[in-house]
Parts: sequence; C-alpha cells; structure tokens
Amino acid sequence: MTTEAGSETEVKEKAAEESAAEPEQTEKASEESPEPANDQGEEKDKEEKEGKEGKGISKYLPTWLKKQKSQSQTSPTKEAPPTEEAVTEVTANQEGPVPEVNGHAEEVEEKEAAKSEQVNEKEAESDSNASADTEPAKEEKVEESAESHPEENKGITGGAEEQKQGGEEEGGQTSIFQSPLRLVRKTKMKLVVCHVSLLDGTNFTCEVEKRAKGQFLFFKVCEQLNLMEKDYFGLTYKDNHEHECWLDPTKEIKRQIRSNNWQFAFNVKFYPPDPSLLTEDITRYLLCLQLREDVASGRLPCSFVTHALLGSYTLQAEFGDYEPDQPRPNDYMGQRTFAPNQNKEMEEKIFELHKSHRGMTPAQADTQFLENAKKLSMYGVDLHHAKDSEGVDIMLGVCANGLLVYKDRLRINRFAWPKILKISYKRNNFYIKIRPGETEQFESTVGFKLQNHRSAKRLWKVCVENHSFFRLNAAEAPAKARFLTLGSKFRYSGRTQAQSRVASSLIDRPAPNFERTSSKRISRSLDGAPVISITEASENGRDPHLELHSDNKSLGASEPSPSQDHDKTQDEVLKHQASISQLKRSFMEAPPPSPPQPSQWEKRLTSSPAPTIRIQQQQQVEVSAPQTEASAADSTACDTKEPAKTTEVEIEETVVVQEVSKAPKPGLVTVTISPPVDPPAAEQEETRGEQQQVKAQVEIVAAKETKAPPRESVSSESESEDEAEYHPNVSASICHTQIPEEEEEEEKEKEKEVEVEEKSVERDTVAAVPDAPCLSAEVSQTVEAATSQEEEDVQKKTTSEEMEKEGEREAEESTEDPMLTPDEAPNGHALPEESVTGTHTATTATTEEDQTPKMNGDAPTLAEAEHRPQVICCSEPPVVKTEMVTISDTFAAQKTEIATKEVPIVHTETKTITYEAAQLDGNGDGEPGVLMTAQTITSESLCTTTTTHITKTLKGGLSETRIEKRIVITGDCDIDHDQALAQAIKEAKEQHPDMSVTRVVVHKETELAEEED
Amino acid sequence: MAGLMAGFGLYTHAVVRGIPASLAKEALRMGSQSEVDLAGARREHEAYVEVLKTRLGLEVVELPADESFPDCVFVEDAAVVCGDTALITRPGAESRRGETEIMKKALMDLNLNIVEMTDEKATLDGGDVLFTGREFFVGLSKRTNQRGAEILADAFKDYAVSTVPVEHGLHLKSFCSMGGPGLIVIGSSEPAQKALKTMQQMSDHRYDKLTVADDLAANCVYMNLPNKGHVLLHCTSEEWPESATVFEKLKDHMLIPLSNGEKVKLDGALTCCSVLINKKANI
Repeated sequence: MTTEAGSETEVKEKAAEESAAEPEQTEKASEESPEPANDQGEEKDKEEKEGKEGKGISKYLPTWLKKQKSQSQTSPTKEAPPTEEAVTEVTANQEGPVPEVNGHAEEVEEKEAAKSEQVNEKEAESDSNASADTEPAKEEKVEESAESHPEENKGITGGAEEQKQGGEEEGGQTSIFQSPLRLVRKTKMKLVVCHVSLLDGTNFTCEVEKRAKGQFLFFKVCEQLNLMEKDYFGLTYKDNHEHECWLDPTKEIKRQIRSNNWQFAFNVKFYPPDPSLLTEDITRYLLCLQLREDVASGRLPCSFVTHALLGSYTLQAEFGDYEPDQPRPNDYMGQRTFAPNQNKEMEEKIFELHKSHRGMTPAQADTQFLENAKKLSMYGVDLHHAKDSEGVDIMLGVCANGLLVYKDRLRINRFAWPKILKISYKRNNFYIKIRPGETEQFESTVGFKLQNHRSAKRLWKVCVENHSFFRLNAAEAPAKARFLTLGSKFRYSGRTQAQSRVASSLIDRPAPNFERTSSKRISRSLDGAPVISITEASENGRDPHLELHSDNKSLGASEPSPSQDHDKTQDEVLKHQASISQLKRSFMEAPPPSPPQPSQWEKRLTSSPAPTIRIQQQQQVEVSAPQTEASAADSTACDTKEPAKTTEVEIEETVVVQEVSKAPKPGLVTVTISPPVDPPAAEQEETRGEQQQVKAQVEIVAAKETKAPPRESVSSESESEDEAEYHPNVSASICHTQIPEEEEEEEKEKEKEVEVEEKSVERDTVAAVPDAPCLSAEVSQTVEAATSQEEEDVQKKTTSEEMEKEGEREAEESTEDPMLTPDEAPNGHALPEESVTGTHTATTATTEEDQTPKMNGDAPTLAEAEHRPQVICCSEPPVVKTEMVTISDTFAAQKTEIATKEVPIVHTETKTITYEAAQLDGNGDGEPGVLMTAQTITSESLCTTTTTHITKTLKGGLSETRIEKRIVITGDCDIDHDQALAQAIKEAKEQHPDMSVTRVVVHKETELAEEED
Repeated sequence: MAGLMAGFGLYTHAVVRGIPASLAKEALRMGSQSEVDLAGARREHEAYVEVLKTRLGLEVVELPADESFPDCVFVEDAAVVCGDTALITRPGAESRRGETEIMKKALMDLNLNIVEMTDEKATLDGGDVLFTGREFFVGLSKRTNQRGAEILADAFKDYAVSTVPVEHGLHLKSFCSMGGPGLIVIGSSEPAQKALKTMQQMSDHRYDKLTVADDLAANCVYMNLPNKGHVLLHCTSEEWPESATVFEKLKDHMLIPLSNGEKVKLDGALTCCSVLINKKANI
C-alpha cells in the first residue's frame, strides 16, 4: 500500500468526519423511528448512480456528504472519502456483506486493525507470540492511534457500544484500508430492517444492507447478545410454507427468505452434547433459554419430575433463592410455561424443589438445568416427518451422533454418523447409504420419503451440518471418517464443534455481565432497538412480566461481577482486549463468499441426469481424495502434528502483516498479475521454504479484473437444486501414503473416475520438477504465466458454470526438501480444473510417472510457481492476454462467450501481506524429508483456488502433510479481500481441521488506471 | 433430588409375591415340560426374598399368592418402575392380566405415580423391558407388542425407548440383563448376540458386554446399594457352571449366587421375581 495514499485518506477522512459529525448524532437519535424505506431507497439509488458515474474522489465526496445529511437511518460511522487508496484498494468484493458500518464493517476494521497491530508488533519481534503477552503492547499502540484520531470514534448503532468503540479505535489506526471498502459499500447500500426474535422473548431490530449475507445479520445479533461462542447458534426464518429454515450465513439473506418478511429468530442450532464444556456462562444461559422453550413447547419431551426439576432450576436462576416472605414468583407462575401440560401439582413441585436450591447462583442453576436437560433422550434431536419405504409414518431425528428413526415415540433404528457413507436427496426422497456391517458384504441404501422436495432438502442440509459440526475433527473419529461434502453445493460453512471449543478456550474477556429473565427487554429499548414484543412473547410462551424482580437478584447473586473488580479503565482495557480477540476471531471466521461452484454443479446435474450420478460419484472421490490424504497423513504422522486446538490459537495470535510491494505498476496487460508482483512472491516463497514450519499455507492473490464477479448468478442458482449428495465418510480411501494397499485402492478409484471423466476437459497440468532451491527468475516467469492462466481459468469457470468444487489438482514438487530425489519427489499430480478427475487419475494412478501430466497448453497455476517454482511446463509464455488459450473442454462453447475481454492498459498496484503463525512443532523445519505426495486441487468459486498437498516423510518415519492453498480472486473493483482471506482461512481450517494454518500471504494487485484520470 | 438418571441400581424397596400351588401344573411355559417341584420352587423363592430382605436390607413388600394366577410369582411382568413412575402393564398372556391388580395397589401404597396401560391393543410384559440406566430397550416378543412399547415410552419420556425384536425365548430378559452401569450381561446364543448388536446400534451410549455361556444364566439382578456397592444376584455354579465362573470374575461386585432351578423350568429368571423400587426420602 502506498503511504501517501494512506495519509491522504486520513486527512480527507478527518475533514469529512468533521462535517459529518453532527449528522451522525442526529442519526443516532432518529434511529428509533426509522424513516420510510422509500426514502432510503431513493437515496441509495441516487448514490449508486453517482457512484457509477465516476469513481473519482471528487465525485464521491459530495455524494457522501449528501448522504450523511439526508440519510438518517444509516449511520455510517466513519465514511472515508474515496482516495486513490480507495480505488486501488478496492479489490474488495462488493458482495461482501459489509453493508453497514455496524456489525460487519467493524469486523473489517478490526481485522485491519489487527493486521496493523501485528505489523507494529513485528517490528519488535518478528515472531508472533502468545496474544496474552503481546496484548498490552498492542493496546498502547491502539490507544495512541485512537488519540491521534479522536474523531474517528463515531457512535455506532446497536448495543455493545463500548466494544465497538474499542473496535473503532483500532480502526482509526488503519483508516486507509477502511475507506475504500466503506465507500463501495455505501454506494450500494439499500437498507432493510430485520426483526430478530431472541431467545429471551425480546426482539432485536437492526438494519442490514439488502444484499447482506446471512452471516452479517447473525454477527450483528451475536454482538447484540454479547455472545462469543456463537457457533452453536443460528438464525431461522420461515419459508413461504411456514417451515422454519436455517439462514445460510454464506448466502444473501434476500435470496433465502424470498419474501419481504425480514423476520428471524435466533436459535440454538447445534445443541452441545456437554454444555459444561462451554466456556462462558452467557452461552449456557442462552442455551438454557432455548431449552426452556423446547421443554415448554413439548419439543423436548420430559417426565413430570423432570419438568419440575428443570422448572425449579429456572426459578433459581431467574429469581434467586426461594423467599417465602416475599411475593412468590407464584404470581407469575400462571403465566409462565414450564411444561406443555402444566398444572397446579407441577407448580407446587417446582416450588418445593426450588426451595432445595437455596444458595445456588444463577450460573450454577443454569448448569444444573443443562446437566439434566442434556440427558433427555430427545435433547438436540431435530425431528422431521417422513415415511419409510412402506409408507409408514416415521420421524427422522438428526442429532450429534447420527440419524435416528422413530415410529411414534419409539426408536426403531439409528444410524450413527460413522455408519453413514452418503447422504443424499432427490426430489422428495432422502437416502442414506450405510456402511456394510462386519458380516455384510455390501453397502445398503435406506430411503425415506419426505413430504416434498423442500423437506427433503431441509433434512439433508441439517444432516450435512450436524455431521460436519459434530463429527469432523472429532477426537475419536477414525481417520477416514473425517470429511465429506462433495457433490453438492451446500456445505456446512461454520466452525466445527472441535474448532469452536478451541476458539472458546481462547476467550480471554472477563465474564460478561448479562441479565437473566426477560427484563432485558427494557434495557434493550434503551439501546435504541425498538422492542416488538408481541409476536415473540406469545410465541415463546414467555411472560413479559417475569422480568424485573428476579433480575436484580440474579444479577447480584449470580454474577460475582468479575468486571466490577477492575477499575473502569482496566475494565475497558479488558473489554477492549476481548473485542480485539473477538475481532480476530471473526476475522478468521469471516463469512465465506458464496460458493458458486455447487450451484453450477447442480445445474449440470439437473441438465443431464444420467451422467450426473456418475459425476457426483467421481466428484466425491476426488474431493475425498485430498481429505483422505490429509487424514491418512495425519494418522501416520500424528506425532508430528499439532492438535487442532492449538492450531487455531496460533492462527489468531500470530497474524503478521507484511507489506511487500506497493508500487503501482505501469500498464501491464489486462487482468493478470503484473511482473512486479512476482518478485515479492518469489521472495516470500523462498523465505517460506526456509522456514518450512508452516504446515498449511493460504495464499490469496487478488487480481483486478475487468469482468464482473460471477457470484451473484451463482447464488441465485442454488435454490433450484432438487438433489444433492453428501458423503460423511470417505468410502474409498485415496491416500498417497506409504501404505501400498491404500494406494491400490486409490488407483482403483481413479480408474473408475477416469471413465467418467473423459468427457471433461483437462485444463492445466503442471509438472513440477524437484529442484532444490528455486531460481527467482524462473519463479517469476512462471508466476506470470500462471497468473494469466489462472485468470483464464476463472473466466472459464465462471462462464462455463461447470465448475463446481471440483478440485483441480496439480502436481507439485516441493522444492523445500533438498533431500528430494527425482524419483521420490514426483508424486505430484496435475489435475485439470474442470475435469478434475481425468488428469488426476492418469497422473495419480501412476504415482511415479506424474511427470507426464496432460498438458493442454495451460500454464501452471500461480500456486506452484510461488510455492516451489520448479519446472513448470508452460505452453504459454507469460502472456497477458485474457483470452482462453487452450481449451479442449466439452464446455468450450460456453467459454467462448466469455473469452476475450478488452485489454486496456492498466496500472496495477500490488501488495503482499503475510500472516504467519508461530510454528508449533519444530519437526517440519530444517528436517529434510521425503516427499510422499503432492497434490494440487483447485476449486472454483468467484475465485480460483489452488490447493497443493505435500506429504513428506520426516525422520523417524513420520510424515507431514503440508497444504498450500492459493486463491486468485478477480473482480471489478469490488473485491473484499479481507473477506476472501477470512473465507479462505476458514475453508482451510474447515477442510483440514486437524491442521493448522501457519501462514497467510496476501498479494494484492490493483488496477490504477481509473485513478490516474 | 439427585437429578435425572442418577443412581442406577439404587433400590430401597422390592415387591415380591408368593408361589401358588397352581404354579407347578398350570403355569405357562415355553418348551420344557419337566416336572416342577413346587416345594423346591418355594424354597428357592424364600431364599431369594431372604437375600433381598436381610442380606441387602431392602424393604420387601410381599404380596400373597393367588391360586387363580399360577404365574403370579413373576411380578416383574406386571409393572415397570423407573424413578417415581410405575407403569402397570398389560401382560401379553391373557391369563395373567389379573396379576396387575394387586401390584397396582401395592405400588400406589408406595406413592408412586401410576400409569396404566389401558389400550386394549397394547401388551407388554415387564420381562421384555431392559432399563440400562440411560434408556429402555423393549423386546418385541410374543408377549409384548409395539403399542405396549409406545405406551412405555410415553410413560417414561425422559428416556429413549428402542425396540428390539425377540425371536427366540420368552422375553428380552430371558437372555440378557444389566450387570452393572453400562454393563450388559448377554447369553452366547446367536439370537442373544443378535439382539445385543441391535441394542448397541440403537444406542447413543456405549455398553460393555459380559457374555455368558447360557442364555438363561444371563439374567441376573444388579443393584448398587449404599454401604454395599455393586451387588449381583446371579446363577449358581451348580446350575450353570460355565456361566457362573464368568460372574465370579467380577471382582468389584458383591456376588450372591441364587439357585433358580425350579422356576427356570417355567421360564422364570431371577429378575422375574421382584419389582425393585427406589423411593427417595425427599420425594
């Protein structure tokens, strides 16, 4: 990034803020009475138009100011006028759900803040340390910066003001970054009011951009709730058929709800099997609220005694000790629902038991409540109506352990997750393929009929999510059973329970104060969120009156008020820290861009049903392959690997920002990355190679491209699917490990694949030749070529819609290991992006021969070049042309449309940011190893992803798998690279929960052409 | 209140019933036609009750035998008690339906919440109900049907109730029982092993198994009593030498071998002869 740009921005920002200061205040005040949406819309439209007319700063500024004054609803905190920086920086994705400044935007800020902090930190110590140690230092810096930009602290709507302030302060430091993003966002903003009913029966109202993704709203709600362990929760909405559906965080809200009814409910999505493992009381409290509702509504059946027991804990938690003299909560009892068939006898029993809880703090009472509730047989079971193959009514229950089949109240079957090989649905049929038992020879498939295809899909999704959340990276899970997900567009996008636990363990904020019972409502209204209690209250069966009395008590009693122990400043500091860590966390888990691949995949499926099946199977195989590989490697080399838990920690704490190059490059050819970019990358590569500690690398290269990002079209497609598959377990192990038997299997698999794949086009293959040190020159060249290639790929993919997640694999030789001999090293397989399997099979089947990958004349992808620029077979010189060079696909026709863009002369600016995690295990480095496998998979979304798996054997027979992932994002001016980065990291973690992300390199290249006007 | 599902095997009371003279001639039997020695059966039963009463210190409610119900000694089939709730069953054998009457009274006297199985389509013998401490397994047998199991599930809502087909033997508990928390004692016959597999598949919980050579010997009575710890009433080495040695390996248990040779002829196992109840003082 350019420093000049930065300073300029700041100056302008300040100016702007001064002028905007007043309007903001009024905005806040007027928030409670939102203006009619129309006005808003008009405003926005205007803005958009203006925005489109010119990107020059001068044009933006007036608009922005106008907005500030006229628009009272959107309180954009610190809008920064566009600067050069803005334009250049804005590789960011418009889609990015960061419409408002409130929730998400802040996160961005914080991310950036985190980065900058890291930078500072890095000066002091190149290595990343535990956050605990370094935080004080950070704090100081942050505060300094805050002081210098006091104006930056603008009020933000919504609750948790203090935390936000913290975030803002941080943001101030890095205002350069923010401005562009904001700007873009703002121009597109169309706000919609969302009503979210919370678990305590209150209603939370907020505004989001009309095209915001689910995650944005979810984060806002979590922020409102002060909830950090949010992975167990989700938002639901009612579809047109009055069915509750989970809001997909990765997709636009608007496309999901399909109505103008922006009503949501905040609910527990994954019931933790052992709530005592949750870190924070507030999380347990929210879980309690959910369970109380579940119990009261009868969704969670329990006996009389249990009803009474749970009710008594509820009273204890909300009212404190039983006080015979005081007005008994009895008065409220009648209005309060503890059970579906509550009666006097039960209430008496509840009181009786309540007496016995004397002295129990609310937190303890909640814990006791949960300890009992979790034992109920239907705890966490999500029931779906269905019919069995004979048309008999049954219920299918999805839970942490698997799929349960009920007939009436009886459990008549159960399929534990490890037993399930595949979950799929087709129209209104839902299928599970069962692993053969010890005595059985063949897999069996069990089918159920759902009411309609929507129900089938809903059930399927819930299965996919539950499996992913509870099983992936489960400590006890067999190595094979790790990952699944293929063939269908939908995947669980959040953290798994294992990951969530790790994250929770890192929470270092003081226990937040929160109020139990529904009295919260009042305080909320103070926060500025209008309370719309009617519907919610009745729905929850919560009595609005319960609130007050008990609250005071519970607060006093239960909350030992850890926060109060500190004096205010310290308190603030702590909060600040918390917010920082939270931000980091959210940064890491930022919403992934919508996955376009699946939809494309589905399209394909629908269009050609017969081939579809096959394809899917292949796909699964392919997809699973990397997984298995990873897991296999894992199992073999478990010693060397660090547990996932520590891993995450590292990630969060060790973010380091390296800004390598910021010099704008004079007109290079179009989209592709300019040569200047390469050197830094190469350098980094080398350093990386030296370090070698890194187990997984995520590289994100954002290149600016003239063409529009494909995302939107993708997301729209997604809904049309009426079938999908999910493979909870990898059925066939495709491992490139030392174990010969497995390889055989692998080969078999591949053969299968091959048949199918022939129709698919092979794109680029790269054969990497094991060279010891890489030459920078070589590297750069390859890089160029690769970039251009990649861009092409992107185009192809987007246009051809074929691209699903099919990974493309490329063989890569790791240069890292000097020890590598040509024989050993060449395990890399090159997989064509689109056809994935075709080449893959060929190369992989003959592990040794991969040197002869099928080359379509495609240049190797960047990833390779960067990683270990060995030899790359590039048929294409590093050309800048955007046109597709060689494409022998079946889909060629589609591609032609996309083919060529105009190649104006573009100035590019490049920037490289490196995030690196401290190395947990020293094994990896310095130790020469034997390369066992290398595999690159490229999957497609709005961006191009290249994943390289490198498995090598270290001393002592341990093996280590290193995965390098490179993502090229192209888009016109709107790429939210932060989001993309977060997404990439998240995906990486998700796919390989057992691995750690140790290094992240962001390489940004931005066109400068427009600014130059 | 100890909380949900605490204290598996903890009992304070037991309900038993005398042996009518009609037992020898009229009691229902599955296969064996060997002569039943009434006196011998009564001796065995007395010993059984004695153990419960004196050795284990349970409060034993002894119901009088009724000549019109030859099988009435097998009280287990008449009621399922779990926690504070007692489900009065509707036995699958019509001749035994009347046995529940006196049982219900006895349980009411103990202040249990009584749930009656009134549905005429439902049948359930307590011998088909295996409570593991965490869940119920209900054998679908000649005596117990789906509807009966549903009603049981309704009565004990806290627990999962899974059904297990019982193709051989009289009851589910004719070849299995609980030998401790999380420990299922199972016969070695194929049907028994198959049933165990089913149970394991249906369960979210893990169970250890203790396999004994003889199906009938797999029926034992487990208790976890204050001051006594794990208590196991099991078969004698005279009757089931092979199986008895397996039990004898349970070092943590207080092992009490009980002879049951006569009642076994009528498919009566150790669990059949008592209904065990845990009445907590504070409830």
